[in-house]
Amino acid sequence: MIRTPLRPLARILDARARGENPEAIERENLRLRHEQMRDRARARAEGRLLILGFLFLCAFTAVGGRMAVLAASDEPGEPRAIASGAAIVAQRADITDRRGRILATNLATHSLYAQPPLMIDKARAARELAEIFPDLDRDRLLRQFTGKRKFLWIKRQISPEQMQQVHDIGDPGLLFGPREMRLYPNGKLAAHVLGGTRFGQEGVHSAEVVGVAGVEKAFDEYLRDPANGAAPLRLSLDLTVQAAARRVLAGGMTLLNAKGAAAVLMDVHTGEVISLISLPDFDPNDRPAPLNMGHPSDSPLFNRAVQGVYELGSTFKTFAIAQALELGLVEPDTMIDTEGPLRWGKYSINDFHDYGDKLSVTDVIVESSNIGTAHIAQKIGAERQRDFLGRLGLLKPTGLEMVEAPGIEPLLPAKWSELSTMTISYGHGLSVSPLHLAAAYATIANGGRRIEPTLLAGNGVQQGERVISETVSAKVRKMLRQVVVRGTASMADVEGYAVAGKTGSADKPKPTGGYYKDRVISTFASMFPADDPRYVLVVTLDEPEDRTGSEPRRTAGWTAVPVAAEIIRRVAPLLGLRPAIEPAPGFGVTLAGN
Amino acid sequence: MTEMVYGAAPMRVGDPILPRWWRTVDKWALSSVLLLFGIGMLLGLAASPPLAARNGLDPFHYVERQALFGAIALIVMFAFSMMSPDMVRRLGVLGFVVTFVALALLPVLGTDFGKGAVRWYSLGFGSVQPSEFLKPGFIMLVAWLMSASQEVNSPPGKSFSFGIAIAVVAFLAMQPDFGQAALILFIWGVMYFVAGAPLALLMGVAGLSVATGVVAYNNSEHFARRIDGFLSADIDPRTQIGYAIDAIREGGFLGVGLGEGQVKQVLPDAHTDFIIAVAAEEYGLALVLATITLYAIIVLGSLYRLIRERDPFIRLAGTGLACIFGAQALINMGVAVRLLPAKGMTLPFVSYGGSSLVAGGILMGMLLALTRKRPQGEIGDILRRKRP
Repeated sequence: MIRTPLRPLARILDARARGENPEAIERENLRLRHEQMRDRARARAEGRLLILGFLFLCAFTAVGGRMAVLAASDEPGEPRAIASGAAIVAQRADITDRRGRILATNLATHSLYAQPPLMIDKARAARELAEIFPDLDRDRLLRQFTGKRKFLWIKRQISPEQMQQVHDIGDPGLLFGPREMRLYPNGKLAAHVLGGTRFGQEGVHSAEVVGVAGVEKAFDEYLRDPANGAAPLRLSLDLTVQAAARRVLAGGMTLLNAKGAAAVLMDVHTGEVISLISLPDFDPNDRPAPLNMGHPSDSPLFNRAVQGVYELGSTFKTFAIAQALELGLVEPDTMIDTEGPLRWGKYSINDFHDYGDKLSVTDVIVESSNIGTAHIAQKIGAERQRDFLGRLGLLKPTGLEMVEAPGIEPLLPAKWSELSTMTISYGHGLSVSPLHLAAAYATIANGGRRIEPTLLAGNGVQQGERVISETVSAKVRKMLRQVVVRGTASMADVEGYAVAGKTGSADKPKPTGGYYKDRVISTFASMFPADDPRYVLVVTLDEPEDRTGSEPRRTAGWTAVPVAAEIIRRVAPLLGLRPAIEPAPGFGVTLAGN
Repeated sequence: MTEMVYGAAPMRVGDPILPRWWRTVDKWALSSVLLLFGIGMLLGLAASPPLAARNGLDPFHYVERQALFGAIALIVMFAFSMMSPDMVRRLGVLGFVVTFVALALLPVLGTDFGKGAVRWYSLGFGSVQPSEFLKPGFIMLVAWLMSASQEVNSPPGKSFSFGIAIAVVAFLAMQPDFGQAALILFIWGVMYFVAGAPLALLMGVAGLSVATGVVAYNNSEHFARRIDGFLSADIDPRTQIGYAIDAIREGGFLGVGLGEGQVKQVLPDAHTDFIIAVAAEEYGLALVLATITLYAIIVLGSLYRLIRERDPFIRLAGTGLACIFGAQALINMGVAVRLLPAKGMTLPFVSYGGSSLVAGGILMGMLLALTRKRPQGEIGDILRRKRP
C-alpha cells in the first residue's frame, strides 16, 4: 500500500522556493482529501443503505406474512376462551396414604370478582357485600368500585351459600369464577409431611395451586402434570397409625411439659416412613405465615423430625458397640473399663451413676455408661468411626422426598479428633435429625442393610449396602432388648411386643456455648419385635420435665420411653403385628395361659 | 439596449417553484402517503364511532377531527417538501431546540390525562405530545452533527449526537415512555450505522445485547416470564392482543364486510394502536397487504433515492426520517400480529391522533424535501471511473 502524506510537503517546499504562495496548494490538497473522504463515505453508505433496505424489506415481508398466516388460520374464536383457562393447570392430583385414604384433595369453590364498569348500583352492592362478608369494609369497597379500576378481586374463595347470597344482590358487575382449592380433610394430621399450597397464577377461570412446603412442593411438578391423569400420589404414611401416634405424642408432650416433640415410625426393610409427627403442628388448610424473627423452631411450621438437628445422646452408643462388634474388637461379654471419671486433656467424661471398675459390653449399653463407650470408641478410632457413621447415613442429608429434607445437613465437629470420637460415641458433638436416627436404627435392626428413608409407598424391600453383618445385628438387638428388660428403658416393656431400644438424654447446648444443666433432649430409639424387628420408632421430646416426683426427672427413661411405649402399645396392633409371647431370657420359664 | 429601455427582465433563477417541485419530488412516496391518509380516514369512519358513542360525542367526532388534522398535516407536508435541504435543516434544528425544552418542562407543566405517564401539554382545544414533534428535529440535528464530523478537521459530531440522544432518552424514560425512548435510540443507531460506524463496534454491541438478553432471561424470573409469555402459543383472548389476533383471523382474506367488524366495539385503542386489526377484520388481508406495501414503497423508495445521494447530511437525515417512519409502522403492525411485545405506537397517517398526524406530516414533508432529485455529479463519477 502506498501511503500518501497528508500534506504535499514536497510541493509546498517547491512553491516556497519559487516564491509562490503555498496556501493555494494546501487548499487544493484539502479539497482533494475531502472529496476522497466523501466518496469513500458514500461508497460505504451505499452498501449500508442497501443492507438497511433489505432489512426493512424482510421486516415488512415478515409482518405481511404473519398477517397472511393469521388470516388463513381459521380457528373459531369461541372455544379459545375456554381453552385459555386450561393454560393454568387446575387439576392437582390427590395425595393418599398407603391404603389409599385421602390426605389432600381438591374442592371446587368459586372466586368472586367485580367489574365496576358493569355495575349498576355500586353503593348497594358495596353495602350488601359488606353484610355477607363481615371482613370487607363497605367504604373501601365503594371506593374501589367508583375508582378507575376495571377489575378487582373481592374474595378468592367463597362457599356455595355465600355465592348464592352474592348472586341475590343481582348486580351484573359481580361475577364468579370457578376455582379449585386444596383441601386437607385430616387437618393437622401429617401437616408437616404434606406442607401446604398457595395460589400461583390467578385467572378468572381458574387458579394455579402451587405447593409451598413438604411433599406438596417436592412433588409439585408431578402433582400438576396432566400427563399423570390425576393419578393420586400414594405416600407411605398410614393415616390411622399417624392419628394414634400423634394423639399419644401430643398427650405425652402435655403431661411431660415438653416444648416440642417428634416421632418417626419406619419400616426397617423398606425404609417407608409409616408415621412422621412433629409437635406443635399446624393446619395445612390455613397455613400460618412463617416467622420473620426468632429461631425457626419457634414456629409450628418447623418440622422437628426432619429439620431439627439435635445431639441425640446415648442413642448413639448403639452405633459404637455395633461397630466394635463388627470389627471384632469386643464381644457382648468382653469386660470394659468403666472407672471414672475418664480424663482426656482438660476434659473429663462422667457417668450418670458410678458403675464400678468394669462392665461387660452388654452392661455398658444397658447401664448406658459414657466411660465404657468412650473406651470402646478409642479402640475404633476416628477414621473408622467416621466411615461407619457415614455408611449409616448420619453425616449427610437424608433423601426423604420432602422439600425440606435435602437441605438438612447434620452438624459435624470441625475437626474429628480423638476427643470428638469419644464424645460422638455417646452422642455429643454430632447433631442429626430424629429421621436420621430412625434410618440408622433401621439399618441396625434389619440385619445390617443400609436404609434410605422414603415417603413413597410400594417401593419394596431396600437392598442397600451392607453395613454390619446379620450376626452383629442379632447381637446388638439382643443387647438393646436387655436395655428394655433390665436397663434404662424398663418402662418400654410392652406386653406381647418385645421392644428393644436405647435411651438418650442429651443436655441442650446453649446458643452462647456450653450446655444447659436443666434442659434436655430426651430420645428413645426403639425397634419391635426385638427378635425380628419390623419397625423402628424414634420418639424425641424437647425439654421434657416429669414433675410428678419429688424432684423433676428429665432423663429419657422417665420421659421419652413411656411415651414411646404407649405409642407402640397402640400402634402395633394397627400395624397388624400379633402380640407374641416372648420366652423370658435367662429364666427358662414359659408363661402359659390357663 | 432593450434592457436600458425597458428595464431588466425579471431574473428567474431556474424554474418556477411548483413545476420544479413536481418534476423532482418522489411521486411514488407522495401518492403512497395520500393513499395511506385515505385509508386512515376510511378506517376512522369504521373504528371511531363506537368510541365516540362511549365518550358521549357525535358519532363522527373523531373522523372530523382526523380530517381537520389531516388537512393541516398535508399542508405542512407540502410546505416542507418544497423547502431546500438547508432550510429544512435550519427549521429542524430550531424545532428540536423548542421541542426539547418542551419535553424537559413536561414534568413541571405537562398532564398525564390519568394515564400514568406525563406526556402531554393540555391546550384549551386539545393536547400536544412534544415527543412526536421532537423526532424530526432530533433526526435533523443528529444528521447535521454526524455529517459535519465527516469533514476534515471537524468537531466530534458523533459523540455530541450520542450525548444528545442520551439526554432525550433520559427525558423520555422519565415520563415514562420507553417505546419512544427505544425508537430514538434505534434511529440514532441506524444513522450512526450509515454514517460509518466501525464494524467491530457493531458486532460488539450486537453480541453484548444478545448476551445481556440471555443473562437476563436466565437470572431474572420477571424477564423470563415476560419473554415466555410473549413466546407461548396461548394468548388470553381477553387482552387487547387477543382481540386483535381474533379480529385478524375473523377477517380472513377479504374481510367480514364494511362496518360488520366487532373488534372496534371492544378494543379501547381500536382507532389508534390497533387500527390495523380493524382494517384486517373489515377489509381482510387485501387491505392490510396494500397498507404494508404502501409503507414499504415509501421506506424502500426513499432509501433507494438516498443511495445515490452525495451530500452526507441529506443522506443521513433522509435515512433517519425514512427509517423512523418505517420502524413506527412496523412496530405498530408487529404488535398487532404479536411479532413484538405490546408497545403503544401509532401507525403513521392511518391512526387517529392530532400530534401524530401533524408530526407525521412534518416528517414526511422533510423526507420528500430531502429525496427530491438533485444533480449528484454523476458525470464526474462516470469520468472518474474511466480515468484509471
